Amino acid sequence: MTGRTEKMTGARAIIECLYREGVDTIFGYPGGQVLPIYDALYDSKIRHVLVRHEQSAAHAADGYARASGKVGVCLATSGPGATNLVTGIATAYMDSVPIIALTGQVPLSMIGNDAFQEANITGITLPITKHNYLLQDARDIPRIMKEAFHIATTGRPGPVLIDIPKDLTTEIIDFHYPETVKLRSYNPTYEGNIQQIKKAAQEISRSSKPVIYAGGGVISANASEYLRALAEKVQAPVTTTLTAMGAFPVDHPLFIGMLGMHGTKYANYAVQESDLIIAIGARFDDRVTGKIKSFATNAKIIHIDVDPAEISKNIRVDIPIVGNAKKVLEDLLKYVDRAPTDEWLTRIAHWKRSYPLHYVSNSSTLKPQYIIEQIYDACKDAIIVTEVGQHQMWAAQYFRFSEPRTFISSGGLGTMGFGFPAAIGAKIARPDRVVFDIAGDGSFQMNSHELATVVQENLPVIIAIFNNGYLGMVRQWQELFFDKRYSYTCIRDSVDFVKLAEAYGALGLRVKQPSEVRPAIEEAIASGRPTVIDFWIECEENVSPMVPAGAAINEILDLERKA
Amino acid sequence: MKHTLAVLVENRYGVLSRVAGLFARRGYNIDSLAVGVTEDPTISRMTIVVRGDDLVLEQVTKQLNKLIDVIRVTDLGSEDTVERELALIKVNADVTNRSEIMQIADIFRANIIDVASKSVVIEVTGDENKIKAIEQLLKPFGIKEMARTGKIALRRGPKGI
Ligand SMILES: Cc1ncc(C[n+]2csc(CCOP(=O)(O)OP(=O)(O)O)c2C)c(N)n1
Ligand SMILES: [Mg+2]
Repeated sequence: MTGRTEKMTGARAIIECLYREGVDTIFGYPGGQVLPIYDALYDSKIRHVLVRHEQSAAHAADGYARASGKVGVCLATSGPGATNLVTGIATAYMDSVPIIALTGQVPLSMIGNDAFQEANITGITLPITKHNYLLQDARDIPRIMKEAFHIATTGRPGPVLIDIPKDLTTEIIDFHYPETVKLRSYNPTYEGNIQQIKKAAQEISRSSKPVIYAGGGVISANASEYLRALAEKVQAPVTTTLTAMGAFPVDHPLFIGMLGMHGTKYANYAVQESDLIIAIGARFDDRVTGKIKSFATNAKIIHIDVDPAEISKNIRVDIPIVGNAKKVLEDLLKYVDRAPTDEWLTRIAHWKRSYPLHYVSNSSTLKPQYIIEQIYDACKDAIIVTEVGQHQMWAAQYFRFSEPRTFISSGGLGTMGFGFPAAIGAKIARPDRVVFDIAGDGSFQMNSHELATVVQENLPVIIAIFNNGYLGMVRQWQELFFDKRYSYTCIRDSVDFVKLAEAYGALGLRVKQPSEVRPAIEEAIASGRPTVIDFWIECEENVSPMVPAGAAINEILDLERKA
Repeated sequence: MKHTLAVLVENRYGVLSRVAGLFARRGYNIDSLAVGVTEDPTISRMTIVVRGDDLVLEQVTKQLNKLIDVIRVTDLGSEDTVERELALIKVNADVTNRSEIMQIADIFRANIIDVASKSVVIEVTGDENKIKAIEQLLKPFGIKEMARTGKIALRRGPKGI
């Protein structure tokens, strides 16, 4: 039908645009101002997943996007529907995830009058979207939808919101979907400057202590293979950020784990002693660098990033290369040689042996690290989605990821409540995979009502609650820096998660002993049902090691508890 | 350090708030901002005077460029430019001192554009220093009200930005 013009309502045009963009599923919640859009959805080929709170629609779209590499789409009504999306949009923005948020708006003529359920959502989301639109003319729908998908997915990806006044959705327009986008003011750079690439290659090839520091940009650019090729050709160790877990196989001999606040000691030591940091799709976040003045003081820095504004934002960069990670690495590979890193790798291997990630296990209490190891053993290719807190760090530390897009976590914003709805999105994107939400007892309660959604949609997501009776990560800080004054962080015995699961019609399992861990995981997987496993873990277990806030990253402490 | 940025943007609903919002949330200080449409009616030109060192300027420029509606950002600081600002100044004036005020206006090649029994309105254009100077001289008479446009600037010679 492309090229031909057809008459249809604005609402149908919106659905048609989604269809043309290859969208198969959207996540949403209806309301007055989106009634015509919902009416158009009623007999469309697009699947709509009814969440129970709009925040979940945005997180589910986000999880869908991260798991699939495609765009996630969410839909909400005006006013409270739109404002409920805000946390989800901000989460996607901070981690550069391409989602499209469609919001209903009061009719054009009423905008600005404080009409019923009016909120200025384009104003509210200005700082948390890559771009947003308030539709002013129904005839613009195809062009703006096309632009929105283009902007969300190109350059540095990010969320785009389109606010849709109700009257435009009932107007009849001549529908013609444009094939291309014309935006004179938006031209992201893809190819890296070849002179800079050659300069970088020279530095890399003669470095005796290089470290590759890979961030989420490697995953969003689908550059994992090239990252691996670079590391192997140069023989340089690789550390990744939280959002890049999976971009490099954990079991690879050149992998040195995550860096930063809860990174491995050896990754942090290696970074601090290196003579060259090769940052790829990473942004020198404060959780990664610790005290920035003491970060890798002897190292030259090569920074490859698609967003020029990230270059020299937090740290002075010696060789900036602006471009798509995959394209730049592809070019870089042509010019680099093996670097003289034998001694360096020996030294790192020594650190790895001397300071491994470790915990003290015993036969009576349930150690969270052990549960992660058991989940890995039971299902090596699972997609691991997380909430935010201690459990999130244990998942990143102890699961042995081997593929990109199998670890999904809110890194930049650190949003509790993200995991469960994001797991819903991930499960829909990858129905072939087992999807776990590694949850805390606090985080899960932020969106636990989505049990209704997974039961209704029959989505066998497994929620593994690491139930320590605390807002554990905050409690850990209170223990360390506030004299164990556990101010409002104890949430013990507030809910029976097994009964909660059952109330919604999901499977609920409880695990108190190490010996019950594996059978429960197996049962959850075999059941094919949405399942909550309530793991009663050691209450005051800490995430270790840890760089105290404001310290240099090699000032990293062991916090393990004795048995 | 003050920098003058010429920013070409899509002449579209909401662009000013995008730019202003960016400055506010990133903590950049704007000294002045002037907006108007250009020779191309689909493009507006913003002239922004911003304070900060070179690092701040680099970030401001990059962040502005990231806005989808921003077409081009040029730092005019290093260029040979002509710069002007317009001010309207309402001064207390009566028969006893009106001619003295007119003399001051003359020296600055300013125009008197409104005369009433107890006040005059003076229109003056020039760079920041000139406007500051006439303001100082008029102060003793009593400035009742003043409005300024903020600086606008063009590069000298045939080339645009
Ligand atoms: C929405 C939100 N509110 C508050 C916080 C601050 N915060 C970070 S971790 C945490 C505790 C999380 O508790 P839980 O989910 O039980 O995980 P645990 O640390 O115990 O594993 C809190 C409150 C946050 N990250 N997000
Ligand atoms: Mg907890």
